[in-house]
Amino acid sequence: MEVSIARSAAEIARDVNARNCSAAEVTAATLAHAEAVEGEVGSYLTLLRDLAESHARHVDERVRNGAHLPLAGVPIAVKDNMCLDGTRTTCGSKILENWIAPYTATAVARMLGAGAVPIGKANCDEFAMGSSCENSALGITRNPYDLTRVPGGSSGGSAAAVAAYEAAIGLGSDTGGSIREPGAFCNLVGFKPTYGRISRYGLIAFASSLDQIGPLTRTVQDAALAYDAMAGYDVMDATSIDRPVEPAASSLREDLSGLRIGLVREFDTKALGEESDALYRKAYRDLQRLGAELVEVSLPTADYGLATYYLIAPAECSSNLARFDGVRYGLRVEGDDVRSMYDKTRAAGFGPEVKRRILIGTHALSSGYYDAYYVRAQKARTLIARDFENAFASCDLIACPAASCPAFEFNAKSDPYSMYLMDYYTIPMSLAGLPALSVPCGWVTPTGASGPLPIGLQLAAPLFAERLLLGAAHAYERATNHARAHQPELAGIRA
Amino acid sequence: MTPDTIDIRYVAQLARIALTDAEIERFSKELADLLGHVNALAELDTASVAATAQVVESRNVAREDIVRPCLDREVVLEGAPQRQGAFFRVPRIIAE
Amino acid sequence: MNQAEALTQYEAVIGVECHVELKTETKMFCGCRNEFGGEPNTKTCPVCLGMPGALPVPNEKALAHIVRTGLAFGAEIPLFSKFDRKNYFYPDMPKDYQISQYDMPLTLGGEVTYWLEDGSLKSCRLTRIHLEEDTGKSTHAGSGDGRIAGSSYSLLDFNRAGVPLMECVSEPELHSARDAVAYLESLRRTLLALGVSDVKMEEGSLRCDANVSIRPIGSETLGTKTEIKNMNSFRSVERAIESEIERQTALLESGERIVQETRGWDELKGATHSMRSKEEAHDYRYFPDPDLVPLEISRDLVDALRSGLPPMPWRRFERYTKEYGLPVTAATQLIDNLSLGEYFDDVVARSKNPQQSSNFVLGELSRLANDTGVAVADSKVGADDLAELIELVDGKKINSKIAKDLIGRMWDGAGSPKTIVEREGLAQTSDPAAIERFVDEVLAANEKVIADYRAGKTNVLGFLVGQVMKASRGKADPALVNELVQKKLA
Repeated sequence: MEVSIARSAAEIARDVNARNCSAAEVTAATLAHAEAVEGEVGSYLTLLRDLAESHARHVDERVRNGAHLPLAGVPIAVKDNMCLDGTRTTCGSKILENWIAPYTATAVARMLGAGAVPIGKANCDEFAMGSSCENSALGITRNPYDLTRVPGGSSGGSAAAVAAYEAAIGLGSDTGGSIREPGAFCNLVGFKPTYGRISRYGLIAFASSLDQIGPLTRTVQDAALAYDAMAGYDVMDATSIDRPVEPAASSLREDLSGLRIGLVREFDTKALGEESDALYRKAYRDLQRLGAELVEVSLPTADYGLATYYLIAPAECSSNLARFDGVRYGLRVEGDDVRSMYDKTRAAGFGPEVKRRILIGTHALSSGYYDAYYVRAQKARTLIARDFENAFASCDLIACPAASCPAFEFNAKSDPYSMYLMDYYTIPMSLAGLPALSVPCGWVTPTGASGPLPIGLQLAAPLFAERLLLGAAHAYERATNHARAHQPELAGIRA
Repeated sequence: MTPDTIDIRYVAQLARIALTDAEIERFSKELADLLGHVNALAELDTASVAATAQVVESRNVAREDIVRPCLDREVVLEGAPQRQGAFFRVPRIIAE
Repeated sequence: MNQAEALTQYEAVIGVECHVELKTETKMFCGCRNEFGGEPNTKTCPVCLGMPGALPVPNEKALAHIVRTGLAFGAEIPLFSKFDRKNYFYPDMPKDYQISQYDMPLTLGGEVTYWLEDGSLKSCRLTRIHLEEDTGKSTHAGSGDGRIAGSSYSLLDFNRAGVPLMECVSEPELHSARDAVAYLESLRRTLLALGVSDVKMEEGSLRCDANVSIRPIGSETLGTKTEIKNMNSFRSVERAIESEIERQTALLESGERIVQETRGWDELKGATHSMRSKEEAHDYRYFPDPDLVPLEISRDLVDALRSGLPPMPWRRFERYTKEYGLPVTAATQLIDNLSLGEYFDDVVARSKNPQQSSNFVLGELSRLANDTGVAVADSKVGADDLAELIELVDGKKINSKIAKDLIGRMWDGAGSPKTIVEREGLAQTSDPAAIERFVDEVLAANEKVIADYRAGKTNVLGFLVGQVMKASRGKADPALVNELVQKKLA
């Protein structure tokens, strides 16, 4: 049969398990399509043709032997900050440009164990620092909905790959919004589970207390399938949570009756422009129409999220990235002695944004500044988490924008702080460790845009309430169907 | 809160990153700007607030003292920028 | 004033900081085997090589080792503890930060009690004990002597990287090189008794630095201290501290100032030298390790670990010397040989005769152990057998010469002492009538000797007693024989 690349992960798994098609066929079609569109989109830094084919054969064999695999034959894009044994894993950085990972990240291993097939390693902002994928030192990724615009970031390659049908599921990592924002930019569901739900083992750290792996998918159901496959305690990650995971994919809901959804008083959508403002208001009304009770909640310290985040994340990154020193792996630039080798290697290996964050983080931890910066930020983090606790006393979920604007053009945010503002709405949830996702909520056409661009609604839930969160997003998605309104205009994509 | 100053040279030295003069100028300005934004935290009353290092309240996560397989040495050394026999090699270390 | 006199005018103030590699199956944060030596870079994995994406998970055995050590020294085990990162770049440190503990160590306070050769007990308080990870090993090449100075490159082996390391810091309460060594010996004995480390300085599983300062006797203020490194044996610790005290004394006497610095001990030159370079102030940027979660040591666990502690060396020392009256050397010998000490305690518990037990254990049994290479505790002479033997001696059932012979035969597997004695009729004869018969026989056969005796050569008495013992095949009670012979000759 001819294999449609536009099918969801759920559909592919269903067909492969039923042996209506083989994983090998799905893989071949996906690889062929990826090769056709990569020139335009540039989702992948490395295509894993051989590995994908051999995995697909293995999946087919398992299915033939009677296995039922929840992700049988599902093509996935793996963000290039996750290790996959024997494959190049670059983090979008020159310092790891030729590094071959000698082990596999737990999350990736669980996806593969569930039958997924790795198509390639997806581009990302260097060390996941950025909101546009422009900080990758190794390639440019374009937004499949408008090739003159960014796909968002840092998981931009994974998002673009899924939006352009080069994969059904993209694995991303979210530290301050790096799954949710590209999800919003690329008309996808971008889901960040509770901190600690999915093992970070094998995820190259940016900010350890914030990093969380999650899926980028074209449907909520696919996000739930990926979550079910990856979530759960891992002995290799001391910060992963040892608590049972309630499967989400099998319990998605169709309405929102009985749910109280909080709208954040401090998040005024008027600032996002008339068009977006109207869409968010419409989205809130749709939630109400589906049976939810809308309540106003307050997050008084959320406005300090950015300041808090830009101390904590850089502080952790300054230490996490110390290991890239030219001694054991990765780039080395020779020097007369070890010290000069370090200085030169790190000068040549890191891009400007990574350097900025290492410098600010080193400063925040350094003698004399630690209390004023790092400790104060940790205290602000407590206050932000407390705000959410208070808010969730009067609501079950919070709804708000997923990003400050739709996908923007390349080089539009040359001032670092204007780029940081992209994550204004996602950072507070990250600081509090909450599960949150973005789901398409309409299309806007900013001045100068060649066509409509998607925007995303962010839903956030209390810690560990992933099932509730995905269920509600599913109900909203089914009722509104915004994602289906437009398709990327790329070679080989049929509506 | 401390004023919006950052000794870029000192910090870059701690972080082991050689910076060009142009970079020093650029980062000094950008990071001073960022510190300006970050200083907004001074407005928060955090006197009686506990610091959050981690959001999830796990405690005492440890593993049993059981041996797991190591990596093959060739795999370990294959990725080394410079090796000599069974060792990683680095240029001379000047004691500090 | 000469140097010797000058030295008497000052008091040394010494603090010791030890790093001890813990004895576990695996490393601190990964499942690689923790063992000394081996082919370079064969005991490594993504975690201990600091590979991108790898995460540490603490070894519960190492945590328990530290808590038990703290409890052994009477330290406080705080309810809350955590791991921090100590950030600095060094090629043998894979992550370029060390996972350590900064402001909330696993144990606080406590004290190490130690003893000196004269048998006096002293103690030194501990500041803290914390848990961290060891670094890899660098071999410096190109300088000819393996030293870092002048080397042209270095080779790295990460087998040791991530081995659990205990840092144990004393208060500056030691006042002489001998005190410092006695403190270290006691620390070492305790760690061995706890089974938490091999504590071998020669293999680097015990490494120590000493902070040394001096002040005029009677002064309360501390002088400027120096930190002494590179001491590779207890002997070099003693020599290094002595040498440093002398150096500081000479400086003060000549009106110079002591510079606060790190000094290396040179074993060959027998002196310390400055290790200062263009040192930039260390700014370690400690912060809580976000890859690890806090530790809350439950009181139940503390109680369980406390109840499982072995007897402390200094308590045994006190018992052996004060209660049992053993000499310092014997007590120390029994404490330093763990299995022998345990064996000894077992024997005493049954025989209630520590002196005799110590004589046999450190005498005949240790000699046999030495000759055969079999530890006393593993030999065929069980503690109950030896206790039985001592009982036979104490009850005058056999004399000490036969007892000694018996130990040799028991060692060879001849059975329990009572069985051998009964089987071979070796029981000591204390029946005066029987002994008198042997005496009469001997006297009748030695008229000449008797004449000599009567002529004043009283030293032949020993010969006659010996002959009687021989006639009795050693079984006669020697005291009784002596008495009877003298009576008959009178």
